[in-house]
Order: sequence, then C-alpha cells, then structure tokens
Amino acid sequence: MKQNGDCLNVIITGVGGQGNILASHILATAAIAEGFHVTIGETYGQSQRGGSVMSHVRLSKGESLGALIPRGKAHVIVGLEPMETLRVAADYANPGTKTIVNPRPNYPLMVLYGAQEYPPVETLLARLGEMVEVVKVVEGTELAKGIGEAMASNVVMVGALAGSGWTPIPTDTFISVLKEVIPQKILALNQRALKLGIESIRK
Amino acid sequence: MLSILLDEPGKRVLMMGNEAIARGAIEAGMKFCAAYPGSPSSEIIGTLARPDVAENFGHHAEWSTNEVVALEAAAGASFGGLRALCAMKQNGINVASDFLMSVVMSGCKGGLVLVVADDPGAHCSNNEMDSRAYARLLDAPLLEPATIEESKEMTRWAFELSEELEMPCMIRSVTRISHARGDLSLGPINRLQRTPRFEAYDRFLSLGTVTHSVLHGKLEKARDIFEKSQFNQYVGPSGAELVIITCGTGWLFSREALRTLGLEDKVGILKLATTWPLPNRFIVDHLKGVKQVLFVEEIDPFMEQNVKSLLADYIGSELEVIKFFGKGSGHVRSRFGPALGEIDPDIVIRAVAEIKGVDYQAQTPEYAERASTLLSEYTASRDLAFCAGCPHRASYWVMKNALALDGRGGFVLGDIGCYGMGAGRSGYFINRTLHCMGSGAGVACGLGNLAKFEFDQPVVAVMGDSTFFHAALPALINARYNGAKFTSVVLDNSATAMTGFQPHPGIGLNAMGNPATQVLIEDVCKGLGFHVEIRDPFKVDEAVEALHDLMQREESSVLILRHTCGLVESRKKKKDRISVNAEKCLGDECGCARFCTRVFGCPALIWNEKEKHASVDEVVCTGCGVCAYLCPQSAIEVEKAEELQR
Ligand code: SF4
Ligand code: SF4
Repeated sequence: MKQNGDCLNVIITGVGGQGNILASHILATAAIAEGFHVTIGETYGQSQRGGSVMSHVRLSKGESLGALIPRGKAHVIVGLEPMETLRVAADYANPGTKTIVNPRPNYPLMVLYGAQEYPPVETLLARLGEMVEVVKVVEGTELAKGIGEAMASNVVMVGALAGSGWTPIPTDTFISVLKEVIPQKILALNQRALKLGIESIRK
Repeated sequence: MLSILLDEPGKRVLMMGNEAIARGAIEAGMKFCAAYPGSPSSEIIGTLARPDVAENFGHHAEWSTNEVVALEAAAGASFGGLRALCAMKQNGINVASDFLMSVVMSGCKGGLVLVVADDPGAHCSNNEMDSRAYARLLDAPLLEPATIEESKEMTRWAFELSEELEMPCMIRSVTRISHARGDLSLGPINRLQRTPRFEAYDRFLSLGTVTHSVLHGKLEKARDIFEKSQFNQYVGPSGAELVIITCGTGWLFSREALRTLGLEDKVGILKLATTWPLPNRFIVDHLKGVKQVLFVEEIDPFMEQNVKSLLADYIGSELEVIKFFGKGSGHVRSRFGPALGEIDPDIVIRAVAEIKGVDYQAQTPEYAERASTLLSEYTASRDLAFCAGCPHRASYWVMKNALALDGRGGFVLGDIGCYGMGAGRSGYFINRTLHCMGSGAGVACGLGNLAKFEFDQPVVAVMGDSTFFHAALPALINARYNGAKFTSVVLDNSATAMTGFQPHPGIGLNAMGNPATQVLIEDVCKGLGFHVEIRDPFKVDEAVEALHDLMQREESSVLILRHTCGLVESRKKKKDRISVNAEKCLGDECGCARFCTRVFGCPALIWNEKEKHASVDEVVCTGCGVCAYLCPQSAIEVEKAEELQR
C-alpha cells in the first residue's frame, strides 16, 4: 500500500441519516476478509439530528491503528454529500488524495433558515478538485432512486469505491461480503445498488 | 450470524467497542446485566438484550429505570453469586454514586463489573466529565482498555479480578473505543453454571471504618495483581531519555506519533491499563535513568497527577530528576486547550515534536492556508436540529405559542436528552435551563414556589417519557407535597430516542422485546393527584389551547404531548407524500418571510431560490404532515400513503 507505510486511510463522510456506518461496515468487512486489520473511528454522536458524520476506516497489516487518521493523511475520501466532502478534505486531504463524491446537497439548517448560503455544487466540486488528485462524481442518490430506494445511495457509493481500484481489496470481495452485512430481506436491492456504483465509476 | 453469537475461538471478527465489552462479559460467563441507556454506552446492554443473544447465553438483561437501580440490581445478582455487569455513561455514575460508595465497602460475591463510558469532546453529552476520579474516591480498581480487542479481554478479566478481590471493578471506556470498530479474535465462552443462593453466612454490609480498612487491604491486593498484569507494558528502547506514559486511546495515538516522526527507536512508551491503584513498582522500574516524561490520556490529567505524586517519593533516590510534560505543562492540548475536548494523533505528534525540537507539518503551510479559506468560504455550519418529522419540533412550537398566548413572561425549564435542543434554534430557544435528568421539574419546585415573593411568571417544566421514570418522579411528588405550582410537559415520543430506541416502563415491552407490565405516565400522575391532559403535538391548535388552559390553573398540572418518534414510526409504516404547490406558496411574503423553512425549520423543508417557493426534500421528509397543518396558505399538500399504493 501507499504513503504512511503499511496502511490505507479511507474517510467516508456525510450527514446523519445517510448511512455512513453501513458504508464503513461493508468496507471493513471486505478488508477483514482479505486479512487486514481494520479500525473504524465513527464520529456520529448526534448524527440522528442532521450533524456531520464521518468514519475513519484504517486498513493495516501487522498491527491495528488508532481510530483517528492524522491530519493530511487520508488516501481516499468517499463523500455522501458534497459540502461534507470539502469539509473533511480541508483537514485530512493532501495533494495525492483521491475522492468520490455524491453531488446531491443536503442543506444545513442555517441554509434553510436563510442565514447562510450553500454554494453552487459545481463550484464546490471545482474547489475540491484544486485540493486533491482526483474528484470522481457518482450520482449516488439519483442511481439509488432509479432502483426505487433513495436511501441505498450509501451502498452505491461503496460500490464506486469497490470499483475504483483505489483499495487493495478485489471488487469481488465487496460483492461477496455484502450478505454478511445486509439483512436477507433487503439484500437483493443492495446488491443492485453496489453493482450500479461499480459500473458508474468505471464509465 | 451476528458475530457475538459465534462459539468459534480464534475467529477474527469486526466488532464495535461496546459489542466487544458485551462479548467479554459473555466469555466470562456473565448471567445478569442492567443499565440505563446513555451514549456512548448504550450498545453494551443493547447487544446483550437482543433476544437471540439473551436466549443463546441464558442471561438476564434489563433497562432499569435509572443508573443507581441498574447497579443495585446487578449487585443483587452478584450477592446471589452470579457474575453481573452494569453499564452507564459518565453522567450515570453520578446517579449511581451513593450506592457505589457503599458497595465497594460491603464487597460482593459473584464478579461485579461496572463499565463507565466517558465522552471526551462531548460528542453525545452535555458535559465531558472524567469518571475516573470516582475510582480514586471509591478506592475501586480501575481498568482502561486501549483497543477494541483489549475491551473484550479486560472485561473478561475484570470478572475474575472482582471475584478475587470480592469487590466491584470499574472499567473506563471512551467514545473513541465504545463507538469505534475493529477486528478482534473471539475467545472461548465460559459456560459457568452457578445456582444463585443467598447463603446463611452471606453479609454485605458497609460499616464505617471497619469495612473501610478492609477496603484498603483489597486495594493493596489489587496493586500487587496489577504489578504483574500483562496489560501493562513497555515498548521502545532501553535507556530512552523520553518516555510517554499513556492509557486508553492514547496508546495507539502515541505509537502513531512516534512512527510518523521516526522516533520509535528513541522514545519509549509505558502503557498503563490499570490506572487505579497504580502499579507503583512497575512504573518506577521503567523510569530508571529517564529524564523526560510525557503523559497522554483523555480529558483530565488523572494518571498524570497520580503518577507525579507517586514519583515524588522516588526522584532523587531511585530516579533522576524528571521533567514532566502533559496537560499540566500545556503540551497536550486540543484546540480548546489542555484537559478540554478529546485527544487525537495530531495532538500527540505535536507534543512529541515540541519536546524533541522536531519540525512537523501535517500539510504544507500554503496547502493548509488554502484549506482554511475553503472551509470559511464554502462550508456552512451544520447545527443540530430535531429530525425531519420529529414530534418534539411540533411540541416546542406548541409551547412557544402557548407561552406567547399567555403573555405573562412564562418560560421553560429544560432537561437533557433530544429535547435539550430546545435551548437552540430548533426548539426556538425556549429552554432556559439545561442540567441533568429530571432537573427541569426539580428546578420548577423552586421557581414554582415563589408566589409569596410576588413572583408571577408561569413556569413550565419539560421532561421526556423515559426521564419521567428516571428522575422526574421525586420532583413531581415534591411539588405536590410542598405546593410548588408549575405545568409539567411530558414529551412522550414512546422511546428513549436519543440513545437508540430502548423501551422504558411506559412502553409495555422489556429490554429483550417481551411484553412487560406497562406503567402509564398518566396513571402515575393522576395517582399523585395531578390534573392531566393528553394531546397530540401534531394537532397544534388543540395542544396550544390545552397548555394555555393548564397554565391558568391554580395547581400544578401535567400535559402529556404524545406522538411516536418519527424515526420509530418511519421504520414501521409507509410514508405519506408531502409536496408544496408552487402556485399557492407565498414564499417571501409568507409569515415573517418563508414561514415553513425559515421559522418552523423542519430540515426537509427547503427553499427553492430560483423559483422563490418552498419545496419538500422527499428523501428527508418523513411525511408527518405537520407543515401542511401549519402553512397559512394551505400550499403544502398531503397524499396519503394508502392512496399512493393504489
Ligand atoms: S411533512 Fe413537513 S414537517 Fe413533516 S417531515 Fe415532511 S417536510 Fe417536515
Ligand atoms: S408556509 Fe406555506 S406559503 Fe409559507 S413558505 Fe411554506 S409552503 Fe410557502
């Protein structure tokens, strides 16, 4: 693996309710299946109420790592929401960081109240692009809506990560561990979501 | 299958810290567990109470009415001879402390383990209290796991330790352990078969100085055991000039700091897993010849101060003069300062770099500069808010309007929990006090009893449904007895929502999801002699009228605002489709401009800047319909789920 020795640092970020935890859980389960040590630091204290959430997922060989990634040391950032991606990148990115972003905004309360503004998404993504090596836009919510469940956008985004080739985990491992993480009842839907993500990033 | 259920020793699985603690208890043969839910501790009993888990391992799991009852119940099981676990967040130990103070003296029989999960950085709390101070106050053995795997291992060990010492043991976790996930190796399950019995010679008495001296003896025995514990360890070169002494999350952060700075073969790390009583000899032996010590730990300089006072007896004899760094010196500091907020790897990297005079930059100065410009220009703050469809938003709207209608300067005394947000924008800033469970009603016993000093403002006390049982009851009885006059508003969303929907006595289900005797809040209040009204907060006008009427009464009264938490409800049923009719919406002309998005403030109501009207984010909206009720133009339309199906 690259940078910082023998580890891969991935941050999955979004807003409470977008399914950050499930997304990090799928990635971590796939990593364990490939023999990695995994530590996930979840920041979601009050996430049910629209706060920012992020999961620091750290893969390592040899020994486990702490639950927080040091500043500037993220290799990959998966953004379930554009503004949150920028927020996380400002602290944790470096010029070599790769990002995957769902461009659908989730408006903060202060924006709804009219007290602050949400910048145009295109501008936001352009600014992000100046900070990192790559910005891949994946229409997570739109793709998930297409299969009838907007809430599955998190799994679409994990699919995009699985298909990106930016982790040392084979795409097939993501597909095969899904059944360990997702209840039978909604498995088929989520398998479709994952595939959509994989295809979308490969386009 | 859920990994906690597996009986496959050696298998590596992913677990949350709290699940690891639960698994440790299972591997120790724990048979009774009790808690009052509180983040970041809730998933410990939450996991153990799952019907499949409780059935498989045959233990009893309960959500008790509050933390002291939970601890007393667990102690009861221990007195009967079973291994018992009690878990709580940091606030909880304050509630449990009265009993705790004496159960350390009375001792116990079956292993009794108390897990307290602290919340450095107050991610999910209204304080960042360091519960470790209690271990010292109590003379109780304290363990601090540093990794997810250790959380399991040390929980299992804590039961043995408790039985060996015949007293309860305390484990301190923190959010970054309890809510972190990591891989660990499953151990064998101890299928202890004990038949509980209160023997003729069993006595558990706390008797002043006599039992206090027994307790001191136990503490010395604990120290001897800790001197040999494998969980305490030193890594690094011999003869290091600088040694980091750390515990808990600080262990991996310190490892990372030394790796990042390339100082692994120059600086040593002394990891303490047993932080009270300290393993004195172990510490002194590892500091021979050391000239600098850096302490790294979460929240208070607890270990820092205890180790310093230990070393005062050795410096100048066995040890050289040591320069100390840590929170005391200001080297370990978050962006708020030392002993505030949580620690992270960057804090440790900076501290070591400063001491060693090494230059370290996480990002180049110009990159960091650009990043901070982006942050200020392109990100808006995400303030906490009641969820879309939350009945509390409607309840706060009801209280705001009833107070305005009354017009005598009435105010609301608050409480912690989701509705603590009533102090912020989401609750229209109407909560005027915020302290602890049940304190709204308690404080109302004072402010509501000032009439003879010509105090004439109406007093409203809010409490949640779970809080009602936890701590509000004594205050309500006090109000009746001492004649305090106020209106209690019970926000009954039929779940302890903030911590993840655990049932409580009012629900009619127990922790394991089985039917239980339902204790109705209205019955209890009527039994105490209160006049009680029940309304649905989504029927806003009726609820405002009811509250206003109650505020005019001569005696204290209770209004129950009952509507199921939107998150619970949305799991159960299909939602109605809500949309804004752009033709009818007045937008900037509405209310004091855009009533629904700007004033009412449901996160699902968004403002379409281009077309100048409100609209509904269908992904976030729960379909509660209250905005349709409130819109002065009837511009918000509801399509019923049943009709959508057709
Ligand atoms: S119906 Fe209205 S108030 Fe209720 S969740 Fe949807 S937008 Fe919010
Ligand atoms: S309350 Fe009704 S009229 Fe007013 S802005 Fe909202 S939708 Fe438009």
